[in-house]
Amino acid sequence: MSDHKSTQGEGPVPLMQQLLDSPFLLLIIGVGMPTVIYIIWGIMEIVAIPVAP
Amino acid sequence: MAQFRTCPDTGFAIDLNADKLIKWNAVTAVVFLLVGGLFGLAVALTRWPAVHLLGADDFYLALTAHGFDVLLVWCIYFEMALLYFTSSILLKSRLALPKIAWAQYILMLVGAIMTNVAVLRGDSSVMFTSYVPMMAAPDFYLGIILFAVGALLGCVVFFATLYIAKRDNTYEGSMPLVTFGAMTAAIIAVFTILSGAVILVPTLFWSMGFIGSIDGLMYRVVWWAMGHSSQQVNVAAQIACWYAIAAILFNASPLSEKVSRTAFLFYILFLQLASAHHLLVDPGLSSEWKIFNTSYAMYLAVLGSMIHGLTVPGAVEAAQRKRGFNKGLFEWLRKAPWGNPVFSGFALSLVLFGFLGGITGVMMGTEQLNIITHNTMYTPGHFHGTVVVGTTLAFMAMSYWLVPTLWQKELMFPGLAKWQPYLFGLGMGLASVFMMGAGTLGVPRRHWDISFADAAMVHEFPAAAYMMMGLNGIAALIGGVGGAIFILNMVGTVFFGKAKQPKAAAAEVPNIGGAATTYGSAGTMAVPGTFVLALVFLTAFVLYYFVNWKYLSDVWGLS
Amino acid sequence: MSIFPPKERVWWNEPIEKSEVLWVTLALVWALVMFFMMPYWHMTGNQNLSNEAYKIRPEVFAERTEAFAAKYTVREQGETGIPVVRPPAGSDVYMLGRMWEWWPVLELEKGQSYRLHLSSVDWQHGFSLQPENINLQIIPGYEMILTVTPTSSGEFSVVCNEFCGIGHHTMVGKIHVIEK
Repeated sequence: MSDHKSTQGEGPVPLMQQLLDSPFLLLIIGVGMPTVIYIIWGIMEIVAIPVAP
Repeated sequence: MAQFRTCPDTGFAIDLNADKLIKWNAVTAVVFLLVGGLFGLAVALTRWPAVHLLGADDFYLALTAHGFDVLLVWCIYFEMALLYFTSSILLKSRLALPKIAWAQYILMLVGAIMTNVAVLRGDSSVMFTSYVPMMAAPDFYLGIILFAVGALLGCVVFFATLYIAKRDNTYEGSMPLVTFGAMTAAIIAVFTILSGAVILVPTLFWSMGFIGSIDGLMYRVVWWAMGHSSQQVNVAAQIACWYAIAAILFNASPLSEKVSRTAFLFYILFLQLASAHHLLVDPGLSSEWKIFNTSYAMYLAVLGSMIHGLTVPGAVEAAQRKRGFNKGLFEWLRKAPWGNPVFSGFALSLVLFGFLGGITGVMMGTEQLNIITHNTMYTPGHFHGTVVVGTTLAFMAMSYWLVPTLWQKELMFPGLAKWQPYLFGLGMGLASVFMMGAGTLGVPRRHWDISFADAAMVHEFPAAAYMMMGLNGIAALIGGVGGAIFILNMVGTVFFGKAKQPKAAAAEVPNIGGAATTYGSAGTMAVPGTFVLALVFLTAFVLYYFVNWKYLSDVWGLS
Repeated sequence: MSIFPPKERVWWNEPIEKSEVLWVTLALVWALVMFFMMPYWHMTGNQNLSNEAYKIRPEVFAERTEAFAAKYTVREQGETGIPVVRPPAGSDVYMLGRMWEWWPVLELEKGQSYRLHLSSVDWQHGFSLQPENINLQIIPGYEMILTVTPTSSGEFSVVCNEFCGIGHHTMVGKIHVIEK
């Protein structure tokens, strides 16, 4: 058990952990995702609504 | 140069700037909880048909003020305190940009007062949502904008503190999980505030006469990116509080840093998409847009919540089992400190949020099921299950620890505090249930008179609907007593509380750090009790979800 | 502890307890079930919104609704002065929301389908058909069209459930559904 533990924290930091340790990268992703998927896509839908015949 | 004091209870070095700012933000939050709560009580008593307290004018005014003061002002002020606590104190760093932080406090206060004044004047009873083309006075919008700019400054201070703490190596490795949760809240807050600016600034100009008109549908899409996301900020902040309370009371470590942080990552990526919940029966938006957004991209944010729902109580169970409460499935739970309001508030918040807020939110956020709930009393029923018995109760529980610790004072009324979470949780939980019951019977939200006494044509709601609205009033009164006890206790403690005696308890802390460290190792941290509870939750979820599809299948054909 | 940094510098590779893995799996499966329920109901269910909508100037919608009412009015609703309009089965049907009425009153046949056009000429309104409990958001400038098929008969009310000013709570309309 203690053996296991001592080797666990070694080695290079995995990519996913690096991502989770980067607040500013997460900030950009967290603002960008909903801006594109929700707001921009939503506004495109509204703009595309045709005028009544 | 920043100055620090050492907290006698926890051993934390506390930046004096952060100390003051946390206190001011928290106290102001509680003041607005009082104001907003009183408006809420007036609303509930008006909608109790037998009481019908306010006239129509005052009712719509009170409802507008209630929404703004509690949904926005109380929650966000408290979150500012949390952001400074989780960055500066938990990372053992000075608070970055203290002057900006004070600007945050003042701008939010000026904004909150300005909007309240506009509403109380009587010419801005447009509801919290202020859908165009119904127009409020310019200062109504300006106040919200100032408030939002203030909140944005608070986020700037938070991220700047993360940055300097990392740069100055005030902590080693990754930030604590609780700080990570607060960061999730801050990220969502930035999106929330930017969306708010995009829609409210033009709306302000429109109300001043500089812009001819604002498109009603466009307004709704962008406004809800703010309106709904602000509640997602609450969810993230409340879950950060859950993890914090589990750590403070039980020295609990997360079962797995990886799983819990990934669950927060799902929030960062997808939670804000749920703004679409409000637009499912709007004209012109495609089903593709509705389905993808309302499901938070295939329900990955719900997955995140369900993970927290297991890992938070799981961490408590693991910590309790380590202490020797190992008998059967639930000894760890029975032997929990149910008389401590920090714990009972936390536990009720977790359970009620899941069952009342979570399940119902997912149900009504389903594209087609929204047809039978949109804008009925079901909607406020749902969000009193999230923001009141979830977020507010979690913040109350947090306050029972934070306020005595920061101020170094004894709680003023510890006997009352013991009962407070139960009163508030029970009262508001029941209010939430009765509102949802009334909504199922078709009772509209934001409605002064469901007997239609002055109307040319009348609709008769079933007697059960009237009963539900009456019971809602009674439940709100019980919850109101609970809320009043909380506020009394906080204000009493801060201003008149006895100074804490320095105690030997400080020795407990280092001991704590070593007690439960072997998380993440398979086999050692089985949490069978929590798993069983989680299965009960999932069963309720599945049943409730499909029952509502059955309800839907009985209504008129629509295509 | 959750309020301190993780003990290990690298925590991403730590093993996960198996009940946690099982729960994440169950939750993921449930998430996917809920997601696919929505497209599934579009294919098999009878209650879906068409999302057919047009931008329309309020006065144009009002004209069309008035022309529709003039064509098919059969009587007045009680003493209210509001026409009861009985359109032929399968036809285009109009109802507009304004402060503070739903106009006109409709009379439909059970089991027949109608193309219902809805819009507002002033503020946002909430179309709430009771006691069926069908709720739609009505926005000025947008005409929403859906095909409705009444499956029950009797007198139904259209309550407004979006706040639309001081008379909001008096805004009620009617739809009569008759058996053929």
